[in-house]
Amino acid sequence: MDKMPKWADVVLVPVVSLLLAAIISAIVFLSIGQNPWEALKLMAYGAVGTSDFLGYTLFYATNFIFTGLAVAVAFHASLFNIGGEGQVLLGGLGAAIVVLLVPWPHWTLALLAGGSAAALFGALWVVIPAYLQARRGSHIVITTIMFNFMASGLLVYMLAGPLKPAGQQQVASGLFPEASRLPSLNDIAEMFGSDMFGRSPVNISIVIALLACVAVWALIWHTRLGYQIRALGKSESAAKYAGISAVNITMIALLISGALAGMMAINNTMGINSPQLVDNAAGGAGFIGIAVALMGRNHPVGIVIAALLFGALYQGGAELAAVTDVQVQIVIVIQALVIMFTGALDEMVRAPIEKLFLRFGRETAVEE
Amino acid sequence: MTLMTKFLSATTALALTTGAAMADGPAIIYDLGGKFDKSFNESAFGGAQRWAEETGEEFAEFEITSDAQREQAIRRFAEAGNNPIVMAGFSWATPLSEAAGDYPDTKFVLIDMVVDAPNVRSVVFNEHEGSYLVGMMAAQASETDIVSFVGGMDIPLIRKFACGYAQGVMAANPDATVIANMTGTTPSAWNDPVKGSELTLSQISQGADVVFAAAGGTGIGVLQTAADEGILSIGVDANQNYLHPGQVLTSMLKRVDNAVYESFVAGEGVEVGFNVMGVANEGVGYALDEHNADLVSAEMQAMVDEAAAAMVSGELAVHDYMSDETCPALEF
Repeated sequence: MDKMPKWADVVLVPVVSLLLAAIISAIVFLSIGQNPWEALKLMAYGAVGTSDFLGYTLFYATNFIFTGLAVAVAFHASLFNIGGEGQVLLGGLGAAIVVLLVPWPHWTLALLAGGSAAALFGALWVVIPAYLQARRGSHIVITTIMFNFMASGLLVYMLAGPLKPAGQQQVASGLFPEASRLPSLNDIAEMFGSDMFGRSPVNISIVIALLACVAVWALIWHTRLGYQIRALGKSESAAKYAGISAVNITMIALLISGALAGMMAINNTMGINSPQLVDNAAGGAGFIGIAVALMGRNHPVGIVIAALLFGALYQGGAELAAVTDVQVQIVIVIQALVIMFTGALDEMVRAPIEKLFLRFGRETAVEE
Repeated sequence: MTLMTKFLSATTALALTTGAAMADGPAIIYDLGGKFDKSFNESAFGGAQRWAEETGEEFAEFEITSDAQREQAIRRFAEAGNNPIVMAGFSWATPLSEAAGDYPDTKFVLIDMVVDAPNVRSVVFNEHEGSYLVGMMAAQASETDIVSFVGGMDIPLIRKFACGYAQGVMAANPDATVIANMTGTTPSAWNDPVKGSELTLSQISQGADVVFAAAGGTGIGVLQTAADEGILSIGVDANQNYLHPGQVLTSMLKRVDNAVYESFVAGEGVEVGFNVMGVANEGVGYALDEHNADLVSAEMQAMVDEAAAAMVSGELAVHDYMSDETCPALEF
């Protein structure tokens, strides 16, 4: 055996990473004089303890599914799209323009039009970086991160100028019209007499996110294009030899990636209780998507699980900051630790475990 | 082992100071920029802290880290039964107007913006009046007849400061020139002391010898550079005279702390409706203490106090930029 078993790759490595993050987090809590076990219990309660909290966890998880999928699709082509943050902002801009300009008679039409605009704007924002990568070899990491800054500037310009209703102070668009508001999951639950999700903004977009997971799964593993994307990701020269156009596939993979990130806007911009486009609407989801994709091994099922975990962490962390003396900065430290261990330091955990399995596997092979 | 045990038991004893005690007390939610910004948010925190020290009771608080959290923060405290809930910053208006109706028994206090709802107290400040007063002082203290202004993020509220300032300068010295610069167009402009410093240097090179900073954390850099280069500066929101004694001409006081303190004291019975804090009710003003006593001449003080009295009596109406988004004294 020259590989570790799949269960170790999919389950053991993330769990060990999480444990490491938890240990360091515990030390952080101890050093500021807090009881880590109490903190963990509070965070768990904050994530799923009431219908409101559960709803917010699912709401954030929906965001992370979109950005996680976006990173994963590009990653299958060995492209590191770290511009999710900017693509989300542009998606929000597209959705806001379409929903504010056209008086949609029903939310289904608004969702269709707003979602398409969000995907289109997200994809357009990645066109230049994708072209530069495909044709000129400018590194996608550098260009997409630069485009994040431009997106942020463009968004503020639009929100401080053209999209801001006269007389409004806040740097934000106006509220979207009543008719275009997406039904929240609680609206749907209420039809069955349940109050499962309280007043949280978790909405119909979570269904779209799950559909997007299925679509990505089908695209990557069951279409010719998906095969080409994976072939390019595994080896560019081999893919070229097989007659695959590296330029085309690079462009297409990144455009799909940008569209998926842009579609997050239907959740966080169109789907919230008071739908409007605000500054910094992405709230870091573009970056968390990287950790979600890495932890989920770039597979839609893994991404859903990782997104739920990060959603819980995000919501539970906010609750921890609200009810205790723990500063919000400490909560950010904890979240960053989890991202670092499951995302950036993935190899640190993976390599030793892999080595262990290899040694163990070889020994048993010798015995046999 | 023993050390670790001690450590652990000590921390368990400290435990987490959790909710129960604060569940139905007042709550305050700070705006972006954070609780310790040496300016707006910190002033709000100061008011809450003053209430806590005087009553010995506790209050709940929360710092948001992005705009997307606003509605959640409001609902979280309302669901938990906190009352009243104070929000510092104009950006709370939209989420509050959406959420307030769902909690008719909870009182909300909004600082810097107006929401018309039966359970909301809106507190706004006449920053243009306070800025007018410090503008008059700047014009009199200036020897080059050129004074300047450094704003934070370019929004109507900050232009309101700049416009009031320019009107005050012109009233005291019609020949004076006002140079106004904004640090930026994104929220990061509230916390960029390096850029504040650069803008100040640029204004000094154009001849300015008094600079007014209305820029949150960025203002720290403005005041520092003004002190280093030997010109006078004017602080904002809180009394910042102490930062560079003898080199800060005065500070434009905006008593956010009073607004928070009064709301906390009134508790659940806080009066709802529209509330203006201007020169007349000491909501805004200029700071005079031992750090700037030598800089403010009797003549200067008399002129400013006369203008303040005229504002109170209604003889002097300072133009509010936000009323029509134009300024008679300054081009943006």
